[in-house]
Amino acid sequence: MMGSRYLLLLWLMLMQGQNAAAEDFGLDTLLPILAQNRGGRARFSERKFISLLDKPIESSGELVYAKPDHLEKNTLKPQPEHLTLDNGILSVERKGQKKSVQMNDYPELAIFIESLRGTLAGDRAALERIYRLFLGGSAAHWTLLLLPSAPEMSAIISQIKITGESAQLRSIEIQQADGDRSVMSIEPIREEP
Amino acid sequence: MILIWLGFILASSGIVGRTNFNEDMSAFLPANPTQQQQLLVSMLKDGMVARLILVGIEGGDAVTRAELSKFMAKRLRDDSVFLQISNGDASSQERDRKLLFGNRYLLSPAVSAEHFSEAGLHAALAASIEALASSSGLLLKSLLPGDPTGEMVRLLGLIDSGSQPTSLHGAWASKDGTRALLLASTRASGSDLDGQQQAILTIRQAFDVAAGVAAKDSANPDASPRLVLAGSGVFSVAARDTIKSEVIRLSVLGSLTIFTLLLAIYRSLATVVLGLLPVASGILAGIAAVSLGFGVVYGITLGFGATLIGEAVDYSIYLFIQSQQDARLWASRFWPTIRLGMLTSVFGFASLLFSGFPGLAQLGLYSIVGLLTAATVTRFVLPALHPGAFSHRDFAPFGVLLLNGIRWARHWRWLPAALLAVACVIVFWNRDGMWSHDLAALSPVSAADQSLDASLRAGLGAPDGGYLAIASGQDREAALAAAEKLGSILQTLTTQGVIAGFTSPALFLPSLDTQQARLSSLPTSDELQHSLRDAVPGLPVRADRFKPFLADVESARRRGPLRQADLQGTSFALAVDGLLLRQDQRWLALLPLREPVIGSPIDTVALRQAIAASGLADIGFVDIKSEADQLYAGYLRDAMAFSLTGLAAIVVLLLAALRSVKRAARVMAPLLIAVLVVVAGLALFGQKLTLLHLVGLLLTVAVGSNYALFFDLGRQEVETPSVEQAITLASLVFANFATVAGFGLLAFSPVPVLQAIGVTVAPGAVLALAFSALLADFDP
Repeated sequence: MMGSRYLLLLWLMLMQGQNAAAEDFGLDTLLPILAQNRGGRARFSERKFISLLDKPIESSGELVYAKPDHLEKNTLKPQPEHLTLDNGILSVERKGQKKSVQMNDYPELAIFIESLRGTLAGDRAALERIYRLFLGGSAAHWTLLLLPSAPEMSAIISQIKITGESAQLRSIEIQQADGDRSVMSIEPIREEP
Repeated sequence: MILIWLGFILASSGIVGRTNFNEDMSAFLPANPTQQQQLLVSMLKDGMVARLILVGIEGGDAVTRAELSKFMAKRLRDDSVFLQISNGDASSQERDRKLLFGNRYLLSPAVSAEHFSEAGLHAALAASIEALASSSGLLLKSLLPGDPTGEMVRLLGLIDSGSQPTSLHGAWASKDGTRALLLASTRASGSDLDGQQQAILTIRQAFDVAAGVAAKDSANPDASPRLVLAGSGVFSVAARDTIKSEVIRLSVLGSLTIFTLLLAIYRSLATVVLGLLPVASGILAGIAAVSLGFGVVYGITLGFGATLIGEAVDYSIYLFIQSQQDARLWASRFWPTIRLGMLTSVFGFASLLFSGFPGLAQLGLYSIVGLLTAATVTRFVLPALHPGAFSHRDFAPFGVLLLNGIRWARHWRWLPAALLAVACVIVFWNRDGMWSHDLAALSPVSAADQSLDASLRAGLGAPDGGYLAIASGQDREAALAAAEKLGSILQTLTTQGVIAGFTSPALFLPSLDTQQARLSSLPTSDELQHSLRDAVPGLPVRADRFKPFLADVESARRRGPLRQADLQGTSFALAVDGLLLRQDQRWLALLPLREPVIGSPIDTVALRQAIAASGLADIGFVDIKSEADQLYAGYLRDAMAFSLTGLAAIVVLLLAALRSVKRAARVMAPLLIAVLVVVAGLALFGQKLTLLHLVGLLLTVAVGSNYALFFDLGRQEVETPSVEQAITLASLVFANFATVAGFGLLAFSPVPVLQAIGVTVAPGAVLALAFSALLADFDP
């Protein structure tokens, strides 16, 4: 645990060094770029590395986003699941059963989902309510690091790392405090003009 | 004569002194309910629903409200006044979670021998691992070692999530987030009003302490939070206080008004006091009679005391003013008319005696005895107490003035007929929406409080008794077993979308048989270890990951079934206590159903069909709202029938006494027109008529018959000296003043039932006098 903290710190220092080097590329530059993102569709594939299991479990499907707070995650494999976030109401449809909850009621869910929605929307205020933000790289290849600010949340998730190319998100890696992690890669679907 | 009267008063006072006064709402509940009404009544009076106090914290900011809620909950949980305090804070959620997880093999309907066989385990494990791939996978994974078959997730899925309140900053809040919510269930039953009052006081104190602490920290003391309370106990206590203070206020104010009025008329204190004796005797005798007849007197019956003042005081006014010349002459000339008027009232009220609505029956007896006593005291006691003329003022000039007024007004004699026509049109126009079909219309709870209650309930998902499926049995276990069978029917209906979900006490406390069956299907530790080892091949997991699972199954096997007492301290205790109740010799399990879309009714036909198709005998379905409304509609039909009977009795009496259809018609005509015009007026002002308005109309006829009879008397005696006519008229106008003053006070009462009588009788009495005067010469 101590080791990973130090590594993290080191990495942050490196990133900040990069920050200074890059031509004024910072949150103030990136988030407005993201905020211009009207929405779109993308394919995702996700691998979860869980220590209980002998091999990672994989899932894939489609992401749909519409500015500012409509988000869909349609998992197609291995088990169809339809997840929607609309105005803070999270609905999950799985095996013919649909459940809706207020995301605010479930902070442990919000911390997963808000990282994606907040970043897609370039919603700095929403992100900073839950995380401390650190940005590295350049506008062409950036890495955004989200660290949960509440202690009870950092007991679940140690960090979320999001990479992207200008307005396009490319991967989300969630590192859990117990060492398990999930990696989602995102491939945009170009809409036909 | 005086001695008899004194003895009578003494005896009455003795009875009144030992009377049981009852201020709760039972005056509004039926005396002989059907079985379903009985359920409704017992739920209203003693059920868990009646024991819930809904607490809202408004104002201030959301964080402060949540903190106040947590502080109050902590304090109130230590108080023995409450069975349970729920506000969704972390500690109570943790307790609920612990109970479910710790008893998952007793509670989960999936538990069976096959479920733990090699094949069953393989399937369950595969499903659980697949679930890890889902969006909530990272949250679920910690459950896997202890619960690889996914019972906890299954249980959480069974609990009706739609009924759970929203949380904000770690405490329940309304959907819009402007109110923190807390649910308290009292140890005292809903009908124990002192216990309820104690609980309310405790909550208020806890809030004051919490708010005091919060205010010290707060930078902005202006936006201080407020406490709002609702729930049937809260309203019953408020209603008791209102009725109590109203009875006192109306009695004092009524007496003062009449006193002042009489003093202005007689200009003699002694005469005024004498004039009030019949009224006081009547009230005393009325209460004593109700006490003897019913064993208990409702507070609301006393509230009607003011109505008695209004009418009974008329008798002494007639005596004092009309007997100016000679008291003996009065007894022979006027008394028969007054007696007939009084008997008319008594006949009218007698019909109420047979009402199935104890409040109305009491009102009937109270009025009959009160009026008989007041009239008798006026006729026999007052002249004996005070021989000679009662008042030395000359009322003749005033009467002559009135007489001239009437002669002039004869030009307007078409007015009653015209008003009647207009009234008929208005009544016909409004015939559908005129009557209130809502039991709530009788409730002393104000509309604002009712909507507060509804909004708090909606936020809390508290049972409001909308739709209930009911399973019954001869004991608790049988009822739970029936609830389990009913639950599987309802599960199907939920899947079909007929209902959105349901809650069952058997979900949290399965019947012992079911629990035993589940326990005996659990394998021993060795067996489970074997099956598990054979089940994992092909799955990305090793059998030795599941040691906590083996341990938990073994400890469940050893611990035995879950008892009701084990639920204590969790929110499931509330659900089970509230939904499992005893009625006479049977036990009932209530399963509240949720509408598929909020605000749209359940397809009750499909529901009843599904229940009938199951062929199970011990289950049923109640639509509480429509049941309550039917209950009220029953009252209304009752009251309507009794009022018409009363009216018929009055007509028969008049026919018998006057021996002339024509005269009886002439007496009744102005009264009936007055009644119709009042009804039309109420309809115009948008007042929905309740059965208390109906009682008011009956009272209007009863009071008004005195006026009409006097005009009839005047018409019969062609030779009547005009001085006497003038004096009679003056007495009628003074009596009318007194009546209107008495009922006018009621019209401004915040208690709906009293207000209804006031707004009906006060204008009704004026109209009855006016129409009687205008139609006096009218020859049909």
